[in-house]
Amino acid sequence: MSTATHTTSADHGHSPFLQHHFRDMDQQFNTAKIGMWLFLVTEILMFGGLFIGYGIMHANHPQAFLAAHHHLDRTLGAINTIVLLFSSFTMVMAIWAAQTSRKSLVILFLVITLLCAATFMGIKYSEYSHKFHEGLLPGKYYTHEGDTVPGQFLFFSFYFMMTGLHGIHVLLGMIVISWLIFRAVRGDFGPDYYGPLDITGLYWHLVDLIWIYLFPLMYLIS
Amino acid sequence: MNWFQNWMLPKAAATHAGDVDGLYMFIVYLTIFFFFFNGALIVYAVRRWRRRSAKEVTPHITHNTKMELIWSIIPLFVVMGIFFWGFKGYVKAWVPPNDSMEIVVTAKKWVWQFEYPDGTRTLNDLHVPLNKPVKLVMHSEDVIHSFFVPSFRLKRDVIPGRYTELWFTPTEPGVQQVFCAEYCGKGHSDMLARIFVDTPEQYETFLREGDEQVRKMPLKELGKLVYENKGCATCHSLDGTRGQGPSWKGIWGETGKGADGKPYTVDANYIRQSVLQPQAVVVQGFEPIMPTFQGLLREREILGVIEFIKSVK
Amino acid sequence: MADTLTTHGNGHAAHHGDYLEDPKGLASWLTTVDHKRIGLMYMWSVFFFFLVGGIFALLVRIELLTPKQTIMTAEMYNRVFTLHGAIMVFLVIIPAIPAALGNFALPLLLGAKDVAFPKLNLASLYVYWTGALMAVTTLALGGVDTGWTFYTPYSSTTGGGVTLMVLAAFVLGFSSIFTGVNFIATIHKLRAPGMGWFEMPLFCWGMYSTALIQILATPVLAITLLLLCMERVLSIGIFDPQLGGDPVLFQHFFWFYSHPAVYIMILPAFAVISEVIPTFSKKTIFGYKAIAFSSVAIALLGFLVWAHHMFTAGMSLFAGAIFSFITFFIAIPSAIKVFNWIATMWRGSISLEAPMLHAISFLLIFTIGGLTGLFLAALSTDVHLHDTYFVVSHFHYVMAGSNLIAFLAGIHYWWPKMFGRMYNKRLAAIGAALVFIGFNATFLPQFVLGSRGMPRRYYNYLPEFQSLHVASTIGSWILASGLFLIGAYLLASLRQPKGVAANPWGGRTLEWETDSPPTTHNFEGQPVLQHGPYDYRANPAPVGVEEHIH
Repeated sequence: MSTATHTTSADHGHSPFLQHHFRDMDQQFNTAKIGMWLFLVTEILMFGGLFIGYGIMHANHPQAFLAAHHHLDRTLGAINTIVLLFSSFTMVMAIWAAQTSRKSLVILFLVITLLCAATFMGIKYSEYSHKFHEGLLPGKYYTHEGDTVPGQFLFFSFYFMMTGLHGIHVLLGMIVISWLIFRAVRGDFGPDYYGPLDITGLYWHLVDLIWIYLFPLMYLIS
Repeated sequence: MNWFQNWMLPKAAATHAGDVDGLYMFIVYLTIFFFFFNGALIVYAVRRWRRRSAKEVTPHITHNTKMELIWSIIPLFVVMGIFFWGFKGYVKAWVPPNDSMEIVVTAKKWVWQFEYPDGTRTLNDLHVPLNKPVKLVMHSEDVIHSFFVPSFRLKRDVIPGRYTELWFTPTEPGVQQVFCAEYCGKGHSDMLARIFVDTPEQYETFLREGDEQVRKMPLKELGKLVYENKGCATCHSLDGTRGQGPSWKGIWGETGKGADGKPYTVDANYIRQSVLQPQAVVVQGFEPIMPTFQGLLREREILGVIEFIKSVK
Repeated sequence: MADTLTTHGNGHAAHHGDYLEDPKGLASWLTTVDHKRIGLMYMWSVFFFFLVGGIFALLVRIELLTPKQTIMTAEMYNRVFTLHGAIMVFLVIIPAIPAALGNFALPLLLGAKDVAFPKLNLASLYVYWTGALMAVTTLALGGVDTGWTFYTPYSSTTGGGVTLMVLAAFVLGFSSIFTGVNFIATIHKLRAPGMGWFEMPLFCWGMYSTALIQILATPVLAITLLLLCMERVLSIGIFDPQLGGDPVLFQHFFWFYSHPAVYIMILPAFAVISEVIPTFSKKTIFGYKAIAFSSVAIALLGFLVWAHHMFTAGMSLFAGAIFSFITFFIAIPSAIKVFNWIATMWRGSISLEAPMLHAISFLLIFTIGGLTGLFLAALSTDVHLHDTYFVVSHFHYVMAGSNLIAFLAGIHYWWPKMFGRMYNKRLAAIGAALVFIGFNATFLPQFVLGSRGMPRRYYNYLPEFQSLHVASTIGSWILASGLFLIGAYLLASLRQPKGVAANPWGGRTLEWETDSPPTTHNFEGQPVLQHGPYDYRANPAPVGVEEHIH
């Protein structure tokens, strides 16, 4: 039972990133990864609540949802989907670059990821301002005129809540990626230490995944 | 142990309450038994094996599969039994018999309104005949309420935007208390109603003459109530506006000619005739569309309408 | 303890002082990432809000002394019982054992230096304080009169500070999620070398099950509360029947979280009791695996029973039957635990120290709390008892009685470890007795009240209910006096000099193998486990049982 040979940080020449309560970098990395997975579970359940709410309202008001979704621009939605998918790819590449000690590639891929995220937010901004202009707003602020089917505001209540919450996640991701770029420039990451890239990558994939569900749900009702 | 049950529960007053009470008392005794059983085991263990010296050694017993199975499986059977017992009672209280009398219940902060098949409405007092199934179709006009009759062992939420149902067959004559059981704000605890379980004679009287409220109300007020609740207001205005029918404003004592040229004077007999045989005299310029209220209004209510029309000036 | 504790030198061999003193100063506490200090700050916060929530409870009981107005108006009464519920649930019971005791004890029991994410842990405390501040601020906005369950459409239409209170609960949810993430990661990755899953003390299994629920259920509550806020601010329509929504949907969403949340409140109690009973029976726990797995089973089953709160809300016969059926299965793991604990005492060597007195009181109160759950799981009896004082009493037996008394057991158990000081044991015995008697005197009459038809949340009531209400109110005074006594002697103990041995109770888990109070990094070096958590064979009278001073 006694594993007297367990390693300590001292044996490893003491990585500057090892926190005091971990025995070694492996333990620290695995722990961080578990933590991130657990966090992602909470995210999925939180969005899950919204998806279920959307599903129930859609089932109760199919005509209104169908009519309302014609106000969305499928082309812009599709472009955004591709942009996010591509950013997930560059995120993976950044981790690969760190594992293979290519510092400048790490920075390059992270910057591309950040730019993709910014593009996504830019397109979302233009979509939002278009809707604001037309009065396609949630709940009691819905002022669009000439609707043939009543109850379309319900769709926009969910549209803004779900894409809004998703947008907040993209923004948070952008902040974290910016910080990673700063650390990559400082030279923190390498084959021995790429944990922050890895767990941010997990988060970024989830943000991507949620969009992949949101896109057909909102833009492609048939 | 009857005194015990009578202390724990209000007197049962509907057909299926007995079944609920049987299960209730069974679990009460089960709870009391296990409380004292566990208590006795603990007291025994503490007295028998109290630590007396720091050197005492205890046996190393990690588990005992047989014992553990026993105290998993026996409770399993007990709770399954309780499940079926409870389910049986619930099913019985689920589907109302086809011949149930249907009463529409409207809840709003903080009153209960009951509407009978003949259109009679009452507030906070519900009259039902003894030993006849009654079905309540309930909805709310504002927030969620809950219709709770302890002595019937029944409760059902009353929800805005949908209908919920509740049925019962009262078995005890007398007055049964109704509470609102879903919190609904300031007046929640005053949102009470009474169910008058009437003998056939009492119920006949109620149907003929209305409940006590109606019997004692001044005629003019009763007439106003009829005007608002029985549909008069849909066609007859009080302020002179022309509706489907002539306005009641200042109509008392007026004379005129009917569509067929017959003259009339608005007096008590004319009003009574208009209510019971509306087509007898149709005022010129109006369609003959008024339905008869024969059988829908009680004598005293017609008198009320007459008094009310007198007062509309 | 040389035979059980193997010390390995590592990079941090520098000696640390006692965690209470090293480093000193308020700033060092507010910026600490030490799980023990965070646990302690949680504990004092919980004590404070328990006092506030308790005062509201006493006010409610005094108002109910007479059938009509006694000391306050109906509007006031509705605000007071809402605050009592909201504070007790979100600020006291949910954080009490996991965040306060769990933070303090879990890493020690695992032989770890800290939780997995110490900064996240501190963040959770600040998030908790923020939420608490928001909840208290609602008082200035005219209070909240919805009840802690926030049922729509009442909550989306009534005035006052409902939006802020709902946001407060939303924020507090994140504090709970952070703690849950931390505990699961800690248990997975930071166990001492040699400690397999089944060598963990059962407290850790309890915390693990609790954390599972915190992670799986709290996000759903978060989104539900967010939807409710949006409903109030934007009228988005999801819960409003006039706009095409469904008010009962809120209840489904709410109970999907809040029923598992009931187990956030009871599983930690099981966790504490599973530590206390073996230690004071000096005997290994009976049926370790049964207790461990039954906690996990309750955590998972807890997700499948939410609609048993809604049997009267008009669900289909089939749905009602399913939810009732699954609910009964929760009774089995609960029964198993109670019998296992009693079997642990059987042929033991029992000392009735304060934690054990509370544990015994827990066993009896939980027996009542658990069995009265059967009335509410069974469909036909639930229809009668739903939303009456019977339910009020049942959930107080489980959430308040069982959880709180287990919390007291845990506080008394780890107090010497936390502060290095012992409380007055004679007063502790009197306190435990007063709490037990007071609790039952308060809530037993409420079972009868509910069965006789007294609905909950009633300001006025029929005169026939008065005598039982008076009995209950008098009980609440006995309970309060017991709790004040406990508070007084615990505070008084802090004025003594430190002087408790490392292992005052003769426990066999790792926290007893470090100093009382522990050093900042818990252990000198890395402890390696060499015997099971409740193994009283190797060393029947472990070092450190010498009498302590007081």
